[in-house]
Amino acid sequence: MSRRPEPVQVVKQRRDAALQSLVARVPYMQFLGITIDRRGDELTGVLAFDEALIGNPMLPALHGGVTAAFLEMTAIMELSWAMVWEDMEGGKTAEAAPEIHLPKTIDFTVDYLRTGLPRDAYARATVNRSGRRYASVQVEAWQDNRSRLFAQATGHFLMPKRDG
Amino acid sequence: MSDESASSREKIARQFIEAIPHSRALGMTLGEIGAGRAVIGMDYDERFIGDPETGVLHGGAVSALMDTCGGAAVMVHPDAPLGTATISLRIDYMRAATPGQRITATAECYHVTRSVAFVRATAVDSDASRPVATATGTFTVERPKS
Repeated sequence: MSRRPEPVQVVKQRRDAALQSLVARVPYMQFLGITIDRRGDELTGVLAFDEALIGNPMLPALHGGVTAAFLEMTAIMELSWAMVWEDMEGGKTAEAAPEIHLPKTIDFTVDYLRTGLPRDAYARATVNRSGRRYASVQVEAWQDNRSRLFAQATGHFLMPKRDG
Repeated sequence: MSDESASSREKIARQFIEAIPHSRALGMTLGEIGAGRAVIGMDYDERFIGDPETGVLHGGAVSALMDTCGGAAVMVHPDAPLGTATISLRIDYMRAATPGQRITATAECYHVTRSVAFVRATAVDSDASRPVATATGTFTVERPKS
């Protein structure tokens, strides 16, 4: 018997639930107000502006530490999501709450290109290389205009040990 | 710089740093500052956890501490004006900070040119002999236009 594709809402619901359970596990994401938007397998980190994120009240501007954390979080989610996706779509996990270990940051370098304005910010990560033990990820962040980045970063991560 | 102007600069820097909303949100407390050196501490808080399996603080919280501490070191450097912004910051995470312990960062602004300040910083938990993270950063030097 040939397998029919699953109904779209079933697939979407499973993927969104998996992503949300991943995000919900990290308290610091809630603290900063970071959410993850998904279109297929593409993730976008969304940082909702809040007064508590200000680093220079005179300008005002986002705190450099907020920007760094936002970029690092987006990178970690991209790497983790790739593992979840692989397990989920490969049929390894039937359930929508995949138990994966998070990658650990080895180093992270942030370029501050422009002042972070007091409004929402977005970030997307690209995995340049992900091996069994190490991964190298690049992240870009922008606010109003996708082509005017306000920060970019590159980081290396220690990947969790995986079965199989 | 006279002792008097150095201490008034430290006072202004202290007021500015203690008023930073995000640093307050993270509960940072300013320790000793002066002569291009700054010490800032941050208590462990469950809201700052990055990995719930281990309870270890998120690297981003450590980044925020390092960035604030680096900027503070620039502000109290005798050859730099008070205004500064981060150009770049690299952090190396040497080990996981022990859950429950306070993190203390020490930053040193070791060189200042007309336009750029160079900083290095170290963060430790209760075991100061084994740093949790080290950082190097460059910061802008905002001189008044002449």
